[in-house]
Order: sequence, then structure tokens, then C-alpha cells
Amino acid sequence: MKKPETRRKEILDAAGIQRSLGRLALEIFERQAGNRDFALIGIQKRGVPLAKRIAKKLKEMEKLDVKVGALDINLYRDDFSTVGTAPVLRGTSVPFSVEDKTIILVDDVLFTGRTIRAALDAIVDLGRPRKVELAVFVDRGHRELPIQADYVGLSLNTRRDDNVELMLEETDQKEALILESGEKK
Amino acid sequence: MKLLIKNGRVVDPFSGTDETLDILVSNGKVLSINKKIAVSKDIEVFDATGMIVAPGFIDLHCHLREPGYERKETIESGLAAAMYGGFTGVCPMPNTDPVNDSAGVTSFMIEKAKKVSPVRIYPVGALSKEQKGEELANYAEMRDAGIWAVSDDGRPVMNSQVMRKALEYAGSLGLLVIDHAEDINLVAGGSMNEGEVSARLGLRGIPAEAELIQIRRDTALSRLTGQRVHIAHVSTKYSVEAVRMARKKKIPVTAEATPHHFSLTEEMVETFDTNYKMNPPLRTADDVKAVIEGLSDGTIDCIATDHAPHAWEEKMVEFDRAPNGIIGLQTAVPLAIENLVLPDKISLKRMVDAFSTAPARIIGLGDKGRIEVGKEADLTIFSLKKETLLKKEDIKSLSKNSPFIGRKIKGAVMAVVIGGELHRLREK
Amino acid sequence: MKIGKHLIGIRGLSKADITHILDTAEKMKEISDRPIKKVPALRGKLIVNLFFENSTRTRSSFEIAEKRLSADSLNFSASTSAVQKGETLLDTVLNIERMQPDAYVMRHASPGSCKFISNYVKGSVINAGDGAHEHPTQALLDAMTIREKKGGFEGLDILICGDITHSRVVRSNIHLLKTMGANVTVAGPATMIPPHIDKMGVKVETNFDRALKGKDVVMMLRIQLERQTKNLFPSMKEYYLTYGLTEERFKLAAKDAIVMHPGPINRGVEISSEMADCRESVILDQVENGVSVRMAVLYLLMGGGEDEASN
Repeated sequence: MKKPETRRKEILDAAGIQRSLGRLALEIFERQAGNRDFALIGIQKRGVPLAKRIAKKLKEMEKLDVKVGALDINLYRDDFSTVGTAPVLRGTSVPFSVEDKTIILVDDVLFTGRTIRAALDAIVDLGRPRKVELAVFVDRGHRELPIQADYVGLSLNTRRDDNVELMLEETDQKEALILESGEKK
Repeated sequence: MKLLIKNGRVVDPFSGTDETLDILVSNGKVLSINKKIAVSKDIEVFDATGMIVAPGFIDLHCHLREPGYERKETIESGLAAAMYGGFTGVCPMPNTDPVNDSAGVTSFMIEKAKKVSPVRIYPVGALSKEQKGEELANYAEMRDAGIWAVSDDGRPVMNSQVMRKALEYAGSLGLLVIDHAEDINLVAGGSMNEGEVSARLGLRGIPAEAELIQIRRDTALSRLTGQRVHIAHVSTKYSVEAVRMARKKKIPVTAEATPHHFSLTEEMVETFDTNYKMNPPLRTADDVKAVIEGLSDGTIDCIATDHAPHAWEEKMVEFDRAPNGIIGLQTAVPLAIENLVLPDKISLKRMVDAFSTAPARIIGLGDKGRIEVGKEADLTIFSLKKETLLKKEDIKSLSKNSPFIGRKIKGAVMAVVIGGELHRLREK
Repeated sequence: MKIGKHLIGIRGLSKADITHILDTAEKMKEISDRPIKKVPALRGKLIVNLFFENSTRTRSSFEIAEKRLSADSLNFSASTSAVQKGETLLDTVLNIERMQPDAYVMRHASPGSCKFISNYVKGSVINAGDGAHEHPTQALLDAMTIREKKGGFEGLDILICGDITHSRVVRSNIHLLKTMGANVTVAGPATMIPPHIDKMGVKVETNFDRALKGKDVVMMLRIQLERQTKNLFPSMKEYYLTYGLTEERFKLAAKDAIVMHPGPINRGVEISSEMADCRESVILDQVENGVSVRMAVLYLLMGGGEDEASN
């Protein structure tokens, strides 16, 4: 099926993404002041490069060594009942113990909250962190579950049927934050 | 009431006739054959324009299952299928329960057939008692009751001495021996042709040699005894060659082939559909080609159906556990037309010969297989242009085990005349 | 990416399909190393393990895979079933079908039986071995092991030795390895090699020493004692003498060759004890990978949802 005509708008370019990410990293640093026992876990797939970039910025700005992991939540999703295509697994790789650490989950877009719910399930299967926090690049609203982010790069007012897409060099060979308007009712 | 078959293309291999003629039938017999026979009030007319009128088709090899396996088929349902398939006579094999190895069973079959159908039956008696391959059955008693041949079809005679004695004894009584040629030890529980496909599917294979070895043995025994042997359902290239060679040496051997062996190949087994499981198994494209060549040059005398009904639940099982065989009476003629005549692999006359004149000659039915003034009027009337679409509900057999259900086949049987009685089988 | 509804055989799978299954299996591997070895992917799905032939290894492996993915499994084995009371395979399956299973893992002695059943059920059918036809998950776990050890398949020289005629493992492996670009040789006494197997694109060799020369992977098949009675070979002792894998013989293979076996092994029949336990033996890795591969297959056949999470 062909999608109806949509309007695509670039909200941020590469430089804009860098700036927002810098702010996000700084905020994490400030809030974690004194806590050396925290780690970043990116949610596959765009949360992973984001987590790595934040870790890099923390290193550059504050000489901080932060561990980074990757979490694949596809095996924890709640929409498996609908027959369709099994999502491609990108794998979970958390090469450190989460036990008693502060874990900051990192994802690109916070929308319904279902991914984060699945991620929380996935995290507890790996161990018992002292605390779990959430950092997202964009919060676009329309939550379906009682979930909120602790660190937000950018808040966007969107309609339910809009599409927000963060494109990153590592996954999309391009840097941009795109807002695609959905069908007007 | 007289019957006039008007304006059909009369093909009679016996006399060599092949031209548009009218045939007048009276009192069950052919009264006259002429270019133009006048129509009158007391004559029923069948307009055969555009159709072939042939001497009645005879199937040398079918299984009617009665007595004993009435769940699969009865004499009534089997003969109905035969008629719709264009056969005016059939030879039911003896593997009933009880086995047709006595006059009692033979008489039962003949009496029953007379009651339920105009189609004639020429039963085949068992070659050995209970088809065990050990002691010869009572041939004379069965002959007097009405058998025309003996065979242990489905249960190959493994003991060469028994086969020799059967040939000698049957020959002395004027009975034909029909030979299911297969070395059962070499079959070793196989359920398809041994070859590329069986190697891939992991199904146990039956080598072509299982058939070849027994044909070689039995043609040798035919030479030894001087008696005729008829090889049933020839299925491989090697078998065709063996029969051809035996004939060259003047050994009195005849042979038949089934429609599925000239229409289908072993690749069909890839579906694991048990309607592709038969014995002999479906073979390779090379074998199909050789069988067709054999039919064309007369090495294989005739086409026989090996009509083998099996109940639905018997076939709805794992491939290697399913019984062998498919029904074939209603598809034989269209399959021969589509696969042999229309692609010009054999002539129309040869096809009629293979269905009628040759089987009549082989089994010794002096008056059959020909259209002749004064002889009983058994005719098969068919079209080369019409198509047969075999629907499940059109199948007259009690069993529906056919791989051709739902398939359109070129050629169709339009009517049969048996003993002067016309049976219209489909709309023009 | 969908690999189909059923997994009846390797035949029909493309190189991309196979790679996708192996990639997914690799991602599954990590779950078995966790303290809590379970993910909720197939929560609420019912999988029936329908085993008409005895199997401990394959069935356990499937059961573990099902449990790790949180599916509910029902074990149905021939010894406890209605089959012994004369029920047909189809009737047995139609009965179970009314309990709404989402998938069947089936093993049966008849080639094609899984294909047959797949025509009559709503859920997925996964072939866990049908006669001598196919055993796709075994070939996949073999492939996963080969890929781990050798990095790929292209140009690898692989030998499979034993009872080729009666082996479903061989057929699935031939399809898979040929599709992935490896060269396959089968070896054994001619009594155990079906004629025409060469048409599947493999080399056939009856001399074991010659067959071993330069091979990168040597896969030995289990010899079943009951075959002896059918004149396939005269005695176990004689088989070991001619086709048993020993340290001496293994020197003929390539320098860094690995030894594989689908198990269970017969020490002193097709393989010496030393070879079974040697450094080059990856037999236990195969067992371990079996769980990951079966998790991947179940996930890919039964998994739903869209390609991207809805954030």
C-alpha cells in the first residue's frame, strides 16, 4: 500500500544533534555528580550509538570512564500476538554486571512508552540494578504507560499519527531529526 | 429398436478402416456399415459427427475389490467407472477376499456383474492358491466358470519353478499368464522409484532392475516352455528394451502400460501426495519416453489402467505406509489422447488398437476388438476435441484416489454401445 | 524478515534465509549465559512436541529452547499416545489441533510426514526429523558450529561419513552446505550410500582414507546396530577397521580440521574415544548451539510484530 502524502520537516541537522547531545551528557554528569558507579545501556538500535556518543562526551568533557551496554528488547515486546514478521534481533550485549549500579537507559524517541516497559523487563532479567533512569533524545508525548524520562534532549509537540525519526550516521549514514506529519483528519 | 451411429469417423485397426461411416445396429449386432444409411422412424440416431467411433475398449488390468473390499469399490461402482471411462469390457484381478482362485468366486463375480452393469467382465483367476506363489490354483475349474487369464498380480511369483509350471499348465488350457514382474527381494520395502528423487527425499527406492530381472526371467521361461506370457504395467526403459529384445527372438511375449506410466514422472512424489504412490512406481522422464516409444512401435501392445481403488482413510497416511495404486478407469482415454495422440506420439489407430484390438487379441476374445457386420456391437465413441474435467463428484468409483482430480485433460468419452445398447455419457 | 511458516526442510531455504537464522541464533546464545535464562518472546504460545520416534537429545534441546522463550510446551510421545491404539497420524494431529497449538515440533519415521501434516494445521510445523528425509535444525546447528569455528562456508571441504542412505542429517546438511558454498563429500561402504546421491552435488567416496584427505570438517554419523542384520556391514569391529575415525587417520585431514558428530556417539564404532574427546572435536559445541538454533527457528517462525518497535 502506498502511504498518503506526508510532509517531512527537518527539525535538527547534524550540528543541532551534537548540541542537544552535549546538553544531555552534561545533565547526566551533573545529576550523577559524585556517583562513579553508573553505566549507560542503549536500546537497539539507535539508542546504542547514542549511548556510545554520550559516553564519549563524558570522557572528553569530564574525563569520566562510563561503561556502555546494548539492549535488544525485541524478545520482550508485548505485540507478539499479531502474526507478522519477527523483528530482526540485533542482540543484547551488557559486558558488565548491572548489580547495584545506576543504569541509565538510552533511547532515541520516547513515544508510547512500550519500548521502555520492555526494556525494564529486559534489564531485570540481567540482574538487580540499584536504580534505573531514562535518557531520551526526543520526547514526543502520547504515552500509553506511566513512564517518564529523567533526561530529555528535546521535547516535541506532535500529533498521534506524526512520525518522528532520528537518523544517525552509525545506523542511517546521515544525521537529522525528522518530523513527518501524518494524515490530517 | 435399431440404433444408427451416424457420421462418425470409424477407426477399426482390425480391418484397417479409418473413414467417416454410418453404423447400423440391430438386435445387439452390427447390421451394416456404410457411407450413408437412411434414417427411419424405428431407428434411434446418435449423431457422431466430429467423433471417433471405435471397437469397444477393453481394460486388461483393473481391481474391482469385490468380494471382500467393498469399502474401496464394488463390482457395480467399478463397472460404472469403466463405462464412463469408455470401457465395454474389463478384466478384474484376483486379489479379492477371498482370492479368486476358485470357480465359486469367479461365478460370483460374473453373476454379480451381469446384474449390476452392461459392462462385460473377463475375470483373471489367481495363478497360485491364495496368491501365495506356492501351489497352482484350479485353472480348469475357473476357466469353466469364466476366467480368461491367470495372474498373481500384486504378489510377484518369486519361485521360478512355480512360474514355469504355471506357464505350462495355463498354456495347455489356453489361458494367458499375466505377469506382475518384480523381484520382491530387490523391492525391499521401497515406496518409489530408486533414483535421484528417492535419494533426495530419503524414501526407500525400488530399482528399475527389480522389474527387469523378472521380465528377463519370465521371457526366458516363456522361451523354455513355448508358452505365452503377458507382462503387466511395464514401467521402465530397461523393461521396454527387454520386451523388445524378447520379441525379436520370437518369444511369445506381450505387454501393457498404464496411463500413469506414460503421463507422470517420479518428481511428483516430491509432494509426498500418496496419490503418486503406485506399484510399479512412477519412473523418470526417460522411462516415460521409452514407454511411449514402446507403445508407438507396438513393443507394448496395449494400455491397461491398473485401476486400484483405495479408501480415503487408507491413502491419508504417511507416504511409505500408504497402499499402492490409483483409480484410472475414467482418466485412461483422455490421458492417452492428451499425452499420446494429440502430441502425435502415436497414431489414433494405434491408440484404438492399444485399447481394443490388442487386448482382445491377447486375452483371446475372438469377436471383440473389431467392428464387423454380424458381430456383437460393442463400441466406444469419443472426441479428441472435448475436454475432460475430472471433478470428485463425477467419479463413479467409491474411492477417489486420483492425482488427476481437478485437472482438465484433453479428449473425452462421449458414449459407449454395449451389446447394441447405447449409453450416452455426456452432453455434446 | 520471514523464513516461511513451516520449517520442513533446508531444501527451499535461500542463502539469505540460512544466514538470517544463524545470525538470529547467535543473538540467542547470550540468553543461555544469563542468570535468568528466559525471555518472554513466546509467552502464551503453545508448542506441541510430537515425537513418534524416540529422541532424548533433540526433544530436550527443543524443550529447553521453548522454555527459554517462555512458550508453553506439551510433550506427546508415541509410547503414551493413541497411536498405539491404532489411531492414524492425521487423526492424532486433528485431535491436538483442537487444543489450539501455535506450533508443532514433530519427529516421525516416515519421510514427508511433516509436510503431510503441515497441510492440515493452522500453526507452524517444525520438522525434528522425518525418516531419512530431513532434520533441518540439526543441519542449522552444525552450520552454526562450522561458522563459529571456520568463519564461513565458502570453499570449505566437508566430509560426511557413515550410513548415508538412512540419514536425514546428511540430506539436510548437503542442502545447507551446498547452498552456502561448501564442497561436500560423502563416504561410507557402498551398501550405505544411495545410488544417485551424487546428483545432489556431492562427491562420493568409498575409501575412507582417500575421503579424509585435506578435509576442513569431518562429520561422523552414528552407526546403528540394527543395520548390521540387513547386510549393510558384517560387524561393528569390521566397520571400525574400515570407517572408524582414529587419530592416525585424522592426520590425513587438513591441519586445522574439526571433528563433528550429531550424536549420540558410539565410541569404538564410528569414532575412537580419543577422537571424540580431542581438542579438534566440537561435538559438545554442537549440542550447545542446538538450543540457540532452535530458539532462533521458533522465534522466526512464530514471532510477530512489526519490524520496528513503536518506541
